[in-house]
Amino acid sequence: MSKPILTIENLTKRFGGVHAVNGINLEVMPKETIAIIGPNGAGKTTFYNMVSGRMLPTEGKITLDGQDITGLPPHKISRLGVSRSFQINNIFPEMTVQENVEVVLSAYHGHSRKLFNIASRNTGIQQEAVEYLKRLGIDGLKDQRAEVISYGDKRLLEIAMVLATQPKLVLLDEPTAGMTPDETRRTTKLVKSLADSGDYTFLITEHDMDVVFNLADRILVMHRGEKLFAGTPEEVKNHPEVRVAYLGEEEEEAVEEANP
Amino acid sequence: MKTKILMGLLAVVIAGLIAVPWIASYFYIFILTEILILGLFAASFNLIFGYTGMLSFGHAAFFGIGSYATALVLIHLEWPFLACLLVSMGASALLALVIGFLSVRLNEVYFAMLTLAFGMMVFAIAYQWRSVTNGSDGLAGFTLGSFGLGLDLTLGNPAVYYHVVLAIVAIAAVVLYLICRSSFGMILKAIRQNPERVSFAGLNVRTYRLVAFVIAGTFAGLAGGLIAPFLRVASPELLHWSMSAEPVLMAILGGTGYFLGPFVGSAVFVLLETWITSYTESWMLVLGIILAMMVIFFRKGLLGTALDWWTEVKK
Repeated sequence: MSKPILTIENLTKRFGGVHAVNGINLEVMPKETIAIIGPNGAGKTTFYNMVSGRMLPTEGKITLDGQDITGLPPHKISRLGVSRSFQINNIFPEMTVQENVEVVLSAYHGHSRKLFNIASRNTGIQQEAVEYLKRLGIDGLKDQRAEVISYGDKRLLEIAMVLATQPKLVLLDEPTAGMTPDETRRTTKLVKSLADSGDYTFLITEHDMDVVFNLADRILVMHRGEKLFAGTPEEVKNHPEVRVAYLGEEEEEAVEEANP
Repeated sequence: MKTKILMGLLAVVIAGLIAVPWIASYFYIFILTEILILGLFAASFNLIFGYTGMLSFGHAAFFGIGSYATALVLIHLEWPFLACLLVSMGASALLALVIGFLSVRLNEVYFAMLTLAFGMMVFAIAYQWRSVTNGSDGLAGFTLGSFGLGLDLTLGNPAVYYHVVLAIVAIAAVVLYLICRSSFGMILKAIRQNPERVSFAGLNVRTYRLVAFVIAGTFAGLAGGLIAPFLRVASPELLHWSMSAEPVLMAILGGTGYFLGPFVGSAVFVLLETWITSYTESWMLVLGIILAMMVIFFRKGLLGTALDWWTEVKK
């Protein structure tokens, strides 16, 4: 019987009188992929911000691998093994693609404290950076300035940077948002293969239901900050309330999928 | 090929700088001494400004305390010059640790205002604590004794002092350059571009900003220790907030994205000041026009623009 890697108890965030997130409970088992879905404003990003240390919860407790991480700053939570991507691109625009990953690797390996090494001759880190770029299929871009590569490639670069801290838990915030259908397919396939490799535990928020049903082992449906439903993709597809509340905007599609 | 030519050019400049006392008058020796010292001051500032993205308006505090430290040690203890410089670096490092600890937690304009405020406080202390600092007159009347390390140098001779300054500034510049090229330096650049991403990579951005701030303050203190014997006085002007503006202007003038930019900026600044003030009183007006042009048309500074132009010509 394995223990959950992440336990969330009664997680709540209030902004004034508004409950952005209200009393969420969740247990994530190792090597699991959990998707969090819900309409805009459902509290998904606020939820991520609390788990990754960007925001202080109003109430509740977050436990990572048996350790209470509630309210720790982002750099400590990252050190303990939670790594996240952002909805908007969050990279180092003036550095090369490879250097972007090298920054994260230097931080992870503690090279960042070295004042008198020569960063550009650190072949170990460079090789490792290229390995991560290969895994995401963007090693061909390694010498490009990060700001000039395509939007989709930037998002893949971000995933490479997220994985480079060898996290116990990966939070991806809408990894395919703004991507072309082609890029979305490519990214879904990549995340799927990473999830299937059994090396990672994923929490994913996503708008694209095809991506969600393709990737997730379990789905948490949020609505106005609260848990509406949690279950397997099949259960979510067939849950009437979920279809009205969230899949409403894609109701026809959902009905088609449920009754092919 | 390109780097080889640039390295060659740099070697020629350094050889020229070494040869100056044999080919130029005292007038130019004085000007070059000032350029080198202010260049180090500006380069130390650029570690936090150009590399880390922290615009400090209080860098003169460290320059000034460095000059006072050397002056005080020379007056009261008569230690060798090298020991004075170490005291200057220690004093400015300590001050930078205190001011930095209180300032680096804030960003952007709040950081700038806080460093400005601390700079003004340090000025006020130097101005009013007459028993130690001699108030508005500053500390004068000290003489340089030996250099230290058993070297027999006549530091009172401007040519000898120039060579000492050249050697110390060169060593300091190499150390600063190595720091910029290190993994630590890479993290500083990353912090300028996206501090939040760095903290999500597991680093405490505040600590890195503080370490950069202390290193920059320490080298500014070294520059201050060099300027006091050169000016023969350590006065409150060296701590004034207008002195904090000089490294900002020099770094922008030369190019904040290049390690040698601040040195180029310092050279242009001092030469223009000397040249223009011999014709007209309105040096600040001319400087203002030049700076406005730089910021509007030549963002990369003189060095950056020259390098870009050279790359174009090579094609």
